[in-house]
Amino acid sequence: MSTHLESVQAEVAAGTVELSYREAIRAALEHELEEDPTVLLMGEDVATAGGVFKTNEGLSDKFGHERVRNTPICENGFVGVALGMAVTGLRPVVEIMFSDFMPTAADALVNELPKFRFMSGGKCVVPVTVRSIGGATGRFGTQHSATGESWYIGVPGLRVATAATPASAYGLLRAAIRDDNPVLFLEHKALYSRKGPVQLGEVGILPIGPAGTLRSGSDVTVVATLLMADRTLAAANLLADESVSAEVIELRWLRPLDYDTIVESVSKTGRLLVVEEQVHAGGWGATVISELTMRGVPFERPASLSLPDDMLVAYSPTLEDAIVPGIDAIAAKIRSLVQA
Amino acid sequence: MTTTTEAARQTERTEWLRKMLEIRLFEERVQELFMEGKIQGTTHLCQGQEAVSVGAVGALADRDYLTTTYRGHGHALARGMSMEAGFGELMGLASGCCHGVGGSMHLTDFSRNLIGAFAIIGPSYSVGLGAAMSAKLRGTDSVAMAFCGDGATNIGTFHEALNMASVWQAPSVFVIENNLYGEYSPLRETTAVDDLADRAKAYAMPGVVVDGQDVDAVRSAAAAAIDRARGGGGPTLLEMKTYRYRGHSRTDPAKYRAEGELERWKQRDPIDLLGSQLAAAGVLTEAEQSVLRSDVQAVVDAAAAAAAESPVLSLEAAKGYVYAS
Repeated sequence: MSTHLESVQAEVAAGTVELSYREAIRAALEHELEEDPTVLLMGEDVATAGGVFKTNEGLSDKFGHERVRNTPICENGFVGVALGMAVTGLRPVVEIMFSDFMPTAADALVNELPKFRFMSGGKCVVPVTVRSIGGATGRFGTQHSATGESWYIGVPGLRVATAATPASAYGLLRAAIRDDNPVLFLEHKALYSRKGPVQLGEVGILPIGPAGTLRSGSDVTVVATLLMADRTLAAANLLADESVSAEVIELRWLRPLDYDTIVESVSKTGRLLVVEEQVHAGGWGATVISELTMRGVPFERPASLSLPDDMLVAYSPTLEDAIVPGIDAIAAKIRSLVQA
Repeated sequence: MTTTTEAARQTERTEWLRKMLEIRLFEERVQELFMEGKIQGTTHLCQGQEAVSVGAVGALADRDYLTTTYRGHGHALARGMSMEAGFGELMGLASGCCHGVGGSMHLTDFSRNLIGAFAIIGPSYSVGLGAAMSAKLRGTDSVAMAFCGDGATNIGTFHEALNMASVWQAPSVFVIENNLYGEYSPLRETTAVDDLADRAKAYAMPGVVVDGQDVDAVRSAAAAAIDRARGGGGPTLLEMKTYRYRGHSRTDPAKYRAEGELERWKQRDPIDLLGSQLAAAGVLTEAEQSVLRSDVQAVVDAAAAAAAESPVLSLEAAKGYVYAS
């Protein structure tokens, strides 16, 4: 175990600390494993060398290979195993290494986990958390760069969470593990080194449903998730120098989706931008705009900044950077909305 | 064998006969209720396969787990689900085991550790494995029996589950009901091996071919696999050679079967086989078996009538089943 890890653990014991997003994930897993003997981790390489993204460092040493269990490479199979464990008294946390791999477990994610309690006539609970790591900008190429964040938001019975900050990562993951429903918990690989303050312990656990307002503003409401929320916050801070006041909402839950927070913000600013690391069609951004329109919220023509339609994420760093909205592009979009 | 043990064995076999008759007559009534429009959608009946349900499921202890498939009525009844709860479910009424929300393909009963009935092939094995691993991790000695059909042996989840079960030495018993047809297609057109139990070799576990029409043979094989799993010996794959008398589902007249095939299999009907043995052994005469059949028919009639008295679940109550609060 590294010296750095030991120093982090010392801070963890003290309360609010500065943690990286990766350390926040690890702390959430560690705390749930400590507090609830029915919690266990499963997935490809989760017990080996701290996992591919080092989010599980030291956990298999501390809790053993029975509770931090490597699986073969068979997502649909081991998510099904988690379901069988969940309805017989355990609380498994399953890792799908890259979000691009989630569709290999689509039967379990779409047909089994969300429908199991319903079809049984409410006779069971399904406390399964499926963590998955997605997103572009890592030069991982076309099949290792999807966020997949909207693929499963139209599935009743499932919850979908995304984390954009270390505090969100800690608070939402612990909430997901404690929930008696299946939760798809999505992380972004470009955020693992991002640091931020985290309140540890019970007080740091976030509620299921509410979005988070990362920055207050009066000119425009910008809703984003994952890396796009991180970049939007940076863009909004830049624009403050130009006297453009952007309110940044991190959409932490895509199902259930917290429309009320967005409605309240847009009612104040009169403008809405959704920033998405996915194509706009079929995503949460379109759903948000649709819902606000149906509710009759008065706002100027809403806007979306997303991945280009009819295009895929390319490996080439230059191409990838041209495809994924950056801080400057987000700032320019916000500026154009406010100054229009 | 002492006289007392022999008497106990014959009493048990008589109970198996009754249970097989219950399943047979339950399924026949389901067919009738379907024709009357009281059961809708689809059903997958198991007439002809009763010895597998009674022999294998009956070998489990109460504390053991069971997962099954859309052709699961026999497994559910063998596990002790009441016929009324079964009929109610098929009729979509609140009296059903899942209050009418699940339907024919999802006869589950958590009070009897029948934890899943799957309408999509594959997860009966992975979820069953999860229950087995849960039992092991929680330090209990429960085992989990998982059913699938011959068609399911070609989907990835089947292989994924067997591999994990072997690697983890799970207390699992995997049962294949090989009724020779995956939906409408004969096994030989879709599958590279004749004996599905051969697939166990690839996962370093025992694979056993069993005469699925012989309830004694099924019981012996299942009991041995359960003992092995409970004793820490790991998983077993059992292939039950059997046959379904009806088509795949309600709309299937099964015209793809060779002429005379159905009749040949009926020569080895599991109920007739055991019945003739019991008669020959002087345990239960043909006349007594006739009375038994009438008794079971009366129970089936009463259960169907009682189930039909139930109201339909409210939409509000059904909504409450989507998420746990």
